[in-house]
Order: sequence, then C-alpha cells, then structure tokens
Amino acid sequence: MCGIVGLFFKARMATPLLGPLLAGMLREMGERGPDSTGFAIYGDDAPPGGLKTSLHAPDSAYDWPAFAAEIGAALPLLGPMRPYGSHAVVTLAAKHDDLHAWLAQHRPEIAIFGFGERIEVFKEVGLPDAVTGRFGLGQRNGTHALGHTRMATESAVTTEHSHPFATGIDLCLVHNGSLSNHNRLRRNLEREGIRFLTDNDTEVASGYLTWRLSQGMSLKAALEAALGDLDGFYTFAVGTRDGFAILRDPIACKPAVLAETDEWVAMATEYRAIATLPGAKDARIWEPRPATVYAWQRQ
Amino acid sequence: MIEIDLSKSTVRELNQRLHRLDPGTNEANWRVLNPNGAHAIAVGVTVPIEIEIQGHVGYYCGGMNAAANVLIAGHAGTGVAENIMSGTVRVRGNAAQSAAASGRGGLVIIDGDASARCGISMKGVDIVVAGSVGHMSAFMGQAGTLVVCGDAGPGLGDSIYEAEIFVLGKVASLGADCVERALDDAAIARVARLLDAAGIGADSGRFRRYGSARLLYNFHIDHAAQY
Repeated sequence: MCGIVGLFFKARMATPLLGPLLAGMLREMGERGPDSTGFAIYGDDAPPGGLKTSLHAPDSAYDWPAFAAEIGAALPLLGPMRPYGSHAVVTLAAKHDDLHAWLAQHRPEIAIFGFGERIEVFKEVGLPDAVTGRFGLGQRNGTHALGHTRMATESAVTTEHSHPFATGIDLCLVHNGSLSNHNRLRRNLEREGIRFLTDNDTEVASGYLTWRLSQGMSLKAALEAALGDLDGFYTFAVGTRDGFAILRDPIACKPAVLAETDEWVAMATEYRAIATLPGAKDARIWEPRPATVYAWQRQ
Repeated sequence: MIEIDLSKSTVRELNQRLHRLDPGTNEANWRVLNPNGAHAIAVGVTVPIEIEIQGHVGYYCGGMNAAANVLIAGHAGTGVAENIMSGTVRVRGNAAQSAAASGRGGLVIIDGDASARCGISMKGVDIVVAGSVGHMSAFMGQAGTLVVCGDAGPGLGDSIYEAEIFVLGKVASLGADCVERALDDAAIARVARLLDAAGIGADSGRFRRYGSARLLYNFHIDHAAQY
C-alpha cells in the first residue's frame, strides 16, 4: 500500500498554510501506511553559500547543543541550530562532501536525511499525527512539501528506511510501489559517486534522479529516462528546490489523483487526502496517465 | 428524502441503515452529503431505492449493488460498482481504475472518462462511458457490454471471452485475442438500447465492434506467443 501526498503552492512566497495542510493530508493516508511517516518541506532559503541539512540521531534525547558546538568549530554554523528530538536542522558554511567526511570521522551515528538550500526532511516510525506533531509540521511554512505513509514491503521498518529519500541537493522522492532492479542499479550509481544510506529500493530511484540531474537533465527528462531504467511498480512524487513532479509506471499499478486550482497543485494516493484542502471541491481533478511525467516549476 | 451527512455520521452507520431496508420500504429516496472521498459508500444495497451522493467518492462505491439506483454527483475512486449484480450506478464525473470490475449485471454509466481496466473481468454488466477509457479495459471480460463513446487506451479487450466492446472513437491498440467484428443490425440495436438507457446521445451505427477471436480459450502450443 503506502500513501503519498504532495502540495505545491504556485506563488513564490512561503505560506503558513503549507504545514497544517500537509499534516491534514498525511492524517488521511495513515491507514495506507501505519509503519512510518515522513515529510519534506521546502521552507526558508539558507543564507548565500549556506548548506541547510536535516540530520538524524539514533536517540531522541541526543545532545544537539554539544553537537553544534563541536561541528561549529570545524564547519561554521550559519544561524542557530533547530533541534527536534531525534532530528535537527543545521545550516553550515560548508559543502555536502565536507559535512559527510566530518560526520564519518567524528559523529558516525548521525545520518544526513536531506541537504540543500531549502529542503528539510523529517521521518520516523509511527502514525502521521504522532510524527507530524513531534516535528511541528503544523507550525511550518513553505512553498511546497511532500509526505509519505509507509507500509513496508521491500526493506525493514526503521526510521532510516522511511520516505522521503533525499539523495541530491534539494531533491527528494516519495514512492508507492516496489522496484525490482534496484540492487544492480545501486551498484552502478555508487560507481558514479551517489551515496546511499540503506538497502531500500526507493532510495535508488532518488539516487537515479540525482545522477540524471547532475548530468544536466531537466527533472522532466530525468523522469522520462527513469521509465526505461527503473523496473517495477511505482507512483513517484518528486520535489526540487522550485519544482514538483509526478510519474506513474507504464501500467499505472499504483493509484494517484492530481488536483489543481489557481493557487495550488496537489497529489495524493487517494482523493480523501485532497478533500481536506481549501478549494478542493472546485479544483480540476484527474488521474495522472501511466508513463506520463507531470511537472510544475516555479519561475 | 432521507439525508445522511458523512461529516456527521460514519459510512458504516449509513450502510447499516441501507442494509436493514425491506424490499417494500417507503424510505426509497436517499441523499448522501460530504462523502469527501470516503470508501465503500452505499455498498451491498439489495433493495430498489434511489441514492444520490453529492460529491467525490473513494473506492468501491456502489459495490455489489443489487436493485438500487446510485447516482454519484462527482468523481469516483477505484472499483466503483465492482461486482454490481443489478440496478444502476451512474458517475457524473470521472471514474478511476477498475470501474464495474467483475460486474455480473445491471448498468454502470460514466458521464466523464473511466481510467485503466474499466470492466475488468466483467461477467454480464453493461457499461456505458460517455468519455474515454484507459488501458486494458474489458480485460478478460466474460459477458456483458462495454460501450465507449470516446477513445480506448492500449490493450483493449485483452484475453477477452464473450463480453463485447463498442468504441466510437480511436482504439490505441487491441489486446491479445481481441479482434474487430462486423457491426450487424443486432449489434447496432444493442448499442442503441444501452445509449438510450444511459440517456447518452450518440449514433449507434458509427461504433466499431470488438470481441474475442476465441484462440486463447484453451492452451494451444501454436498460440504460445500470444499469452
């Protein structure tokens, strides 16, 4: 099963509606994925030259202030760290590779769940209201966000195996379905320099898009290439810094509904998640076609 | 008119009330408000009543319907009217995949488009779609009629048995063992009768007719490549 949701406001300005609306959409998808809940939210820009990172610790009582003091001595912090129990959002004057190397050497227990200029990623085992409440999604503003409720099939039920998977700068992906050629593809992508945290199939799809985008492809072209290279069942929702895209496999194995108004575009596994949005009754509503990329880009 | 507001009561409460009705009930007109995509609305009704649902519904709405006339004034999710036995289920908007799946009788009308696998494994239901249908529609259809006034997606009628398909627009491709047949007078009359029952205006003489070549009924080594 699994449930996926996405909400993309067309205006450039971040809106305080985003967090509470996404939390409401995720709540509706709880029955489809009671194992874990995750979301990626595109909020404030990092200061110029800054890298905003979403970090995860194995312990919800992790000593983040001590962590901030230690990493700040090596990689300058830009602004205050924001701790959320097992997660923290830290903005650094550093490159992703520098952060990765520093963590591997000094704090190997910390995982990078997301990185870029705008993205923040939170995910944990549990039902939507518990997880979104823990990380304060209802109080967050932003321009667009994706969410996922997981019923695990391909790999273990852990926080690390939860969606979204964010393998590239400001890129994240949520997935309903399962891939069958992910092991070979993972080995190929690792040779191209893509890093993976888990043995999860969806992380490979995210890594694949990261690799294609690094070759200079547009998100739409990268997803069209994925149709040929990814084998399995999927409905994907993808977020980038200013974009949002949907792709279903060629037989449309997994459900999806799209809705659009003048203000927003929403995607969900089932309409009942979209029904919670203001203006849903008058939105244009349709089922995305198989093997067809739907993409929106904010200019 | 009995109104049930699903923002105030549950789908289970609604369905239990519908299931308790006797065939001769005076409570023959029902209106359901605020469905908001909920699943299994008005499933398993066995009495001749009118049910109008104001809004978009989730999965399996009107499933297993016998005798009732169900009108969905909105879009419908996966498996609307699945396993319908008799009566009518009408969707004013679009229907998601597997509309009227395994239906054994009755009439299902989609005023908009139906998605993939419309009429999959149909066993006697008649389906009229005013718009288009997605891929693999009437897959393994055993009996009944699928009438499509728009276009049909790839793999139409794959592995079809004795269901019949009529399409007014373009067919992207036919599935295994599905072939075009001559549109004779009896077929034109059959389409005209269904269009009339559905209240949809279209020229029954301009449809193209598709059905089984009957080559895949039993395994035959010469046809192995078609499976």
